[in-house]
Amino acid sequence: MRIMAQVCMVMNLDKCIGCHTCTVTCKQTWTNRPGTEYVYFNNVETKPGLGYPARYEDQEQWKGGWELDRKGRLRLKGGSRLKRLATIFYNPDLPTIDDYHDPFTYDYASLINAPAGTKSPSVSARSALTGREMTPKWGTNWEDDLAGAPGRALGDPNIEAMAEKVKMDFESVFMFYLPRICEHCLNPSCVASCPSGAMYKREEDGIVLVDQDRCRGWRFCVSGCPYKKVYFNHRTGKAEKCTLCFPRIEAGLPTICSETCVGRLRYLGLVLYDADAVTAAAATADAQDLYEAQLQVFLDPNDPAVAAEAERQGIPHDWVAAARRSPAYALIVRHRVALPLHPEFRTMPMVWYVPPLSPVADVTAAAGYNEDNPDNIFAAIDTLRIPVEYLANLFTAGRVAPVRDALRRLAMVRTVMRAHQLGTHPDVDPADVGLSDDDAEDLFRLLAIARYEDRYVVPPAHAENAGRLLAQHSMSGCSLDEEGGPGMGGAGPEPEAVPGFHLQRQESADDSVAGRDQRGRLHLVVSERPSPGPLGPATLGGAG
Amino acid sequence: MNGITGFELFWWVILPYLALATFVIGHIWRYRYDQFGWTSRSTQLQEKRWLKWGSPIFHYGTFAAIGGHVIGILIPESWTHAIGIPEVAYRWFSAGAGTLAAVLVIVGVAILAGRRLFVTRVRATTSPVDWLALILLAIVIAMGIAETVGVNLLGSGYDYRQSVALWFRGLFVGNPDVAAIAHAPLLYQVHATAAWAVIAVWPFSRLVHAWSYPVWYLWRPFVVYRSRVAAPPNEPGTSGRRWRKIGARY
Ligand code: HEM
Ligand code: SF4
Ligand code: SF4
Repeated sequence: MRIMAQVCMVMNLDKCIGCHTCTVTCKQTWTNRPGTEYVYFNNVETKPGLGYPARYEDQEQWKGGWELDRKGRLRLKGGSRLKRLATIFYNPDLPTIDDYHDPFTYDYASLINAPAGTKSPSVSARSALTGREMTPKWGTNWEDDLAGAPGRALGDPNIEAMAEKVKMDFESVFMFYLPRICEHCLNPSCVASCPSGAMYKREEDGIVLVDQDRCRGWRFCVSGCPYKKVYFNHRTGKAEKCTLCFPRIEAGLPTICSETCVGRLRYLGLVLYDADAVTAAAATADAQDLYEAQLQVFLDPNDPAVAAEAERQGIPHDWVAAARRSPAYALIVRHRVALPLHPEFRTMPMVWYVPPLSPVADVTAAAGYNEDNPDNIFAAIDTLRIPVEYLANLFTAGRVAPVRDALRRLAMVRTVMRAHQLGTHPDVDPADVGLSDDDAEDLFRLLAIARYEDRYVVPPAHAENAGRLLAQHSMSGCSLDEEGGPGMGGAGPEPEAVPGFHLQRQESADDSVAGRDQRGRLHLVVSERPSPGPLGPATLGGAG
Repeated sequence: MNGITGFELFWWVILPYLALATFVIGHIWRYRYDQFGWTSRSTQLQEKRWLKWGSPIFHYGTFAAIGGHVIGILIPESWTHAIGIPEVAYRWFSAGAGTLAAVLVIVGVAILAGRRLFVTRVRATTSPVDWLALILLAIVIAMGIAETVGVNLLGSGYDYRQSVALWFRGLFVGNPDVAAIAHAPLLYQVHATAAWAVIAVWPFSRLVHAWSYPVWYLWRPFVVYRSRVAAPPNEPGTSGRRWRKIGARY
């Protein structure tokens, strides 16, 4: 058993109002540079909808993620290693910029320079690729709030996979928002697809990154990722991806998208898992069992044996303690209300979602059922089926039961807590859905109250050794801060000006990166030592 | 080395050595100080319908052509004679395989050049030094094809192994036969000159991608883990990562 810690995110979809604050703050932080105009480390999609890039979920088209070969072994859906080396001159599965969108800006100068007159001046879109005038035809969030449905939304691969066709008429339509970042997978196919070995998973916290100095622009990570969360910077010729805001995570702070989320629906916490069990779990024969299989990989930090072994294997004591308080672990394992996005891609994603109850409740209410009683709702589900089946296609490879159970628990918490508040006795029993009274309270605390300290339990990084070395270099800055690099943009505010950083420095003294480094900024480049991954040594052209 | 002018000596001996020195030192410099700029600089994101054909055809053709050069120029005629390959057979093989390589390269280059010139999105991403490298490469290829097809296949033939090759190999053993190249047909002279120029700009252009062919991918574990250590700071005076100014202004 090899115990590793992973920073894991959970998003409570019921609360997402589709405001895109997360997208905007993420973009301002990481991708507001030429070459990354079309790059969204975080984006929010309206579901049902095509997503970004269009139809990215259809792996028959894009060949991202893993599949099983005839003998049931894992292999990259994009083909063998040999195939990749032979097709390196042209990647057959790469989306083009039009599948994302031709990035554009406006010719604002023409507003200012317009001659005085009666006509209001107007601006036209300019392509960031060519500098020429263009007409935007598609883009991220193009179909916001089902704009363009049914024309577009019916092209959603999750709908196409459904037995019963969804109707997009006004009465029976349902929708919700799906914010997406990189999943920082346990079995990342982007890393496995990178021929240069420039992509890696960090041993300490599981964050998946691209080494900008070692990327050679072979662009196989882009097609290898089934979530299309690696992007190609068209100016630098290198791949870039969501960093899970590692400089913030290392300082014990939540990511920018979480910090600024208006719905306060994001959770960050550690999950301990057995790295040796990942490959076998990802190779589970029936795709619908992958959700359960992934749960089996996670380890219980409250189990003294696990905690002792984790510390013996070098996971710091305060990290194990933080894992015990992890909201992610609570929502995923203890309460089983969070589900993985598309487990059938077999990458073992680590951003999980509490499925939205509202679209289900809306549809049941529209059909004349009383939405206050969870049993009522789920009696209705059996006749309506559509939203739940759709959610199952997103979160459990189509198996309805886990989605149904999670939604029932959510509905139960609502009913029980409403009764508590009103001082009445609900005529339902939480045990029916596998919840104790304490569980219901705990879920209420996590999901409804959702205080900052409960949402984010991020232990600061231990960088004793790295820090010691770093302290010798007076001139160290952020390695991503160079022009064109992901962190381009100069020195930024001194950490003292950022309340969170300040707090962390006091709390964690010399243990944290912020405590060690004079400037409170981490200089991140990592060792050359690739250790054997869960897939073991490679064999020619196939999965190891 | 009789009867050669100072100019010939400069052009056919000193310039090649300068180009070689630039090639070696340039690569060391670039590898040390510009890892961030070391990339294939793919344009597939911008355009893929033409690239699908152009890039593989061009690259496979180029490898064949490079292979041909190694056989034709670096392996002396006496060696092929020694293992019993008659001159006629060699000539036919060279013309046949050479023509095949030439056709691949020319088709590939035509597609890639057309794409780079006429697809605005692609044109915008070309840095000046890449333009230089691509134009030089185009000259080398055009001349090379004129030699293979025009002279050796259709024309009267020219035994470069008795002339150009002697000079070229001589460069590496310190005894180049300047007269041989100085009296070769103009086509060969332009071809050779542009080739040296390509060698000289190679380390500064996108062509460095050729050295990064990731064969070790075949043996490496699928998932790479790394743990954090401190990075050394940039060496003084190197300004760290620099980003080539390419692309349209907006
Ligand atoms: C050894 C292995 C090589 C590999 C793996 C390789 C791979 C690549 C790749 C991936 C691209 C980018 C294609 C795209 O736009 O997506 C490219 C472009 C290019 N390569 Fe190579 N290459 C190799 C060798 C060479 C050599 C030896 C030459 C020439 C002497 C060469 C000349 C070029 C040129 C000129 C382009 C630009 C094509 C364009 O106009 O878009 N390559 N190569
Ligand atoms: S979601 Fe992230 S970690 Fe997973 S394959 Fe895609 S880029 Fe890699
Ligand atoms: S900021 Fe929060 S509520 Fe707003 S779109 Fe993003 S995830 Fe949804």
